[in-house]
Amino acid sequence: MTATPAPPDTAPDVPWDELVTVALLGTGRRTPAWLPPGRAAPTALLDLAAVETVRRRAGLRPAPAEARPVPAAPDPRPPLPPAAVRRLALLLSERPGAVGGRRGAAPDLMELLPQWLSLANARGFAPPPQALPALLDAARGRTDLRPAALAFAGPRALWLARLNPDWRFALRSTPGGGAELPSSEDGDRIRALWQEGLFAERVALLAALRTRQPAAARELLASTWAAERAEDRLMFLDSLRAGLEAADEPFLEQALSDRSRNVRATAAELLSALPGSALAGRMAARAAACVAIDRTRPEAVIVVEAPHQCDPGMERDGVVPNPPAGRGERSWWLGQLVEAAPLGAWPVRLGRRTPEEIVALPVADDWRDELHAAWCRAAVRQRDPGWSRALLGRPSAPEAGGPGAVSLAERAKLLSILEAADRADWVAGFIATHGLSEAFQLLGVCAVPWAAPLGRAVVDALDIARDAGSYPWSFSGVMGLAERCLDPAEASRLDALTAIPDETEDTSPGAGGYWAEAFQRLTTTLRLRATMRQELGEP
Amino acid sequence: MTQQGVRWTADQVLALAPDAASREAGSELGAAGPWSQAGSSDEGTVWGLCKGSGSTPYRTVVDIAEANGPAYSCSCPSRKSPCKHALGLLLLWAGGDGTVSRGQAPDWAERWIEGRRQHAQIKGTAAGHGGGTTGDPEAARRRAERRAERITAGAEELEQRLADLLRGGLASAEQAGYGLWEETAARMVDAQAPGLAARVRELGSLPASGAGWPARLLEECALLHLLDRGWLRRERLPAGLAATVRSRVGLPGSPEGPPVRDTWLVLAQYDTSDGRLTTRRIWLYGSETGRTVLLLSFAAAGRAPEPSLPVGLSFEAEVSRYPGDGQPRVALGERFTPPEPVAVRPAGLTTVRAAARYGEALRADPWLESFPVTLNRVIPTPAGDAWQLADADGGTALPITPSSAARPGLWRLVALSGGGPVTVFGECGHLGFTPLTAWPETAGEAVPLC
Repeated sequence: MTATPAPPDTAPDVPWDELVTVALLGTGRRTPAWLPPGRAAPTALLDLAAVETVRRRAGLRPAPAEARPVPAAPDPRPPLPPAAVRRLALLLSERPGAVGGRRGAAPDLMELLPQWLSLANARGFAPPPQALPALLDAARGRTDLRPAALAFAGPRALWLARLNPDWRFALRSTPGGGAELPSSEDGDRIRALWQEGLFAERVALLAALRTRQPAAARELLASTWAAERAEDRLMFLDSLRAGLEAADEPFLEQALSDRSRNVRATAAELLSALPGSALAGRMAARAAACVAIDRTRPEAVIVVEAPHQCDPGMERDGVVPNPPAGRGERSWWLGQLVEAAPLGAWPVRLGRRTPEEIVALPVADDWRDELHAAWCRAAVRQRDPGWSRALLGRPSAPEAGGPGAVSLAERAKLLSILEAADRADWVAGFIATHGLSEAFQLLGVCAVPWAAPLGRAVVDALDIARDAGSYPWSFSGVMGLAERCLDPAEASRLDALTAIPDETEDTSPGAGGYWAEAFQRLTTTLRLRATMRQELGEP
Repeated sequence: MTQQGVRWTADQVLALAPDAASREAGSELGAAGPWSQAGSSDEGTVWGLCKGSGSTPYRTVVDIAEANGPAYSCSCPSRKSPCKHALGLLLLWAGGDGTVSRGQAPDWAERWIEGRRQHAQIKGTAAGHGGGTTGDPEAARRRAERRAERITAGAEELEQRLADLLRGGLASAEQAGYGLWEETAARMVDAQAPGLAARVRELGSLPASGAGWPARLLEECALLHLLDRGWLRRERLPAGLAATVRSRVGLPGSPEGPPVRDTWLVLAQYDTSDGRLTTRRIWLYGSETGRTVLLLSFAAAGRAPEPSLPVGLSFEAEVSRYPGDGQPRVALGERFTPPEPVAVRPAGLTTVRAAARYGEALRADPWLESFPVTLNRVIPTPAGDAWQLADADGGTALPITPSSAARPGLWRLVALSGGGPVTVFGECGHLGFTPLTAWPETAGEAVPLC
């Protein structure tokens, strides 16, 4: 605010600054002539200052307005229903780290936020603007929340992020740094942004264009390919992974002779994921030369003859010649060839057998683990459900539970290739046979909410674990997943488990009470999720 | 609030918490887990059994129908009120996930409610019959006289100290530091003039308050001097101004004005604490009288001052004002309805009018720091490192005070605006504007900023 100048008729007319100066030095040092007589100098000064202070305050006027901010882009989405507004406020009021120690029977609200956000995004609601600061703060603290939180937060959050440095991450995490990406028809603007934009903007532009017009994105990249730096080429090439198509082959084939080894390797990997590509064909031929059915024996056996050298052709096609420490170079080369060879070629090569039959064949000379591991990587890379199912085997097989040819991590990857229902069935079967101790990673790839058979398998296994007398925190990981992923409709089936059972000789002391508490938290969380869903309305 | 009213929001429930620890503990209990037999009745009672560490669950019951704010009872040993169980129960009820079912209160809850209502009735009758019969009036007069004499001695001593300061120069105050003022403040506490003591303590912090401190220190010294002179010559002042001086010096007043009945919209509620005492300010807007009044309440640290009123709702009640010109403070009398949502918004002004209103208010009370106003159609606008509220339709703006610009409420205000005009209620003073509550340009609920 600005002060009004003193009106001329106020006596004595002493400027405020003059009063301050005299006060600062003290009337003992200098007694100005303008002080009214008849009073001690300090008192007379205070009298004047009091009048002047009140006069100055009463005369305050508003300041000139600065340039108003450019208004935020409108959010066309419908507003959240009131109950959901309150729920969001409640979920956001829980500060991470504010709650220490045991959770008791209360649900972990922060863990429900991701689910709430994806529901709200699926329903297409706009957030209440006043909730945006808390939403941005939550996303700032948790990178895993950012994509969903920013999608929900919408255009006004980006507008806010430009005003508050704390929320800059929102501009980085959003395609185009929050700026509107040029529409795909606007070729000139796209080319301008591609040629002049910052690296992050260019990556975002390429990714956005790739999802809409894969060919246009590839052509854009090709237009400046030779002039890009090696690290940038690698990043740009990686964005072709989305929407990979046969038409990409010539460009990728050309990138096989790139100066950078990492670029070459990525190009080879992308080409091998295109089963019809020339590279895939070359790899198929190389792999076929190494793996065959031994026709000299009475029963069918796979024999493996690993390559004896890594020739320049192989190297050009992305085979890394030097193995990591501890690996023999021949098995290293074999693994890479089988991994990059199209899986579709094997049934013909190995005697017109189905993938199941091929996986069941014995393999001579201890090559089985090496070969199966390579097929697993190929199934994941080529996203082949048939081979994935065959390599996973039956979930109830005894070796499925232990460390076999296929590790848990690889199984989780193979599972992610299957349809959601198949995935749930397989994991349910796994848990029914092997229990929960190895199931955490596999449960993590299952679709949420869990399909009924999977949910029942988990609950039954938890019940068995309780009866076995162990403490619930041995299963806290699975419990936490169950809270977030179990279908809320299962809550009623859990009620019987929330009672404290009688202690027997076999149970750990007090375990019954902790289990009851854990199951209470589970049912409470499930009911809360059901309420959340209801508040957001049916899709 | 009864079943006809809206359920409370979690924010409203958490605002009842006496401190941060209770808020956190209450939030944890706001889930079905530990609760059993939780229910609520149409009469506005919420009850439940909460499993604690012992074998017997705690019995928690809250009376939310009570017009003077909710009342709590819990069998837990906590001395806080509301305890975490009461907060958890209300959160559970506010969450509305069906754990708190509608039904008939159990006997133990019913007994407590019954007891309370009877007690309230007796109190009501007693107040009706014998108001103001607190002891011997002659003895009270003598006590008041003795206190006035002490204050007079304190004010004279303070005048002397101020004169010494101005004779030696404010520059010496910078070297003297905090101790000088602490000692003088303690003398004012002895003189039973808490208003003077608080101002003196404030003086002590000014020399370290950054650039421009001499001007600020001179202003505050001059206003303190003005208050001293006002007290010493209070007999010669008009009655209204004399009452203002008495209240500024720190003499307790009692509401004297005739009861004013209106439908009061809760504009804002916020607490400040000095470590020993929590002060709650609640601004109310009378829908019919158009008056903005202030409810002040106090509590020892660790307890929530009463009452707690939800921002944006309105209720019918009588208030009576405290004496003194330009004093917005009132006492809340009888409440006739529970708080309910309304579409009413306070009448708003431009920034130019708002600044002028503060100036006019200084005429009645020159010690006024700020004045409650509602700004119509303003846009939160960045101004360098600071923020201002700029008229959407004019060329002027009020700066937002640096302390409120540092609070999270600023960003809720900016988010609500999105660069467009909003209605903002707050306190407009010589330091700038403190936004407290905002409304969107279109229909929409009040958004608390404090």
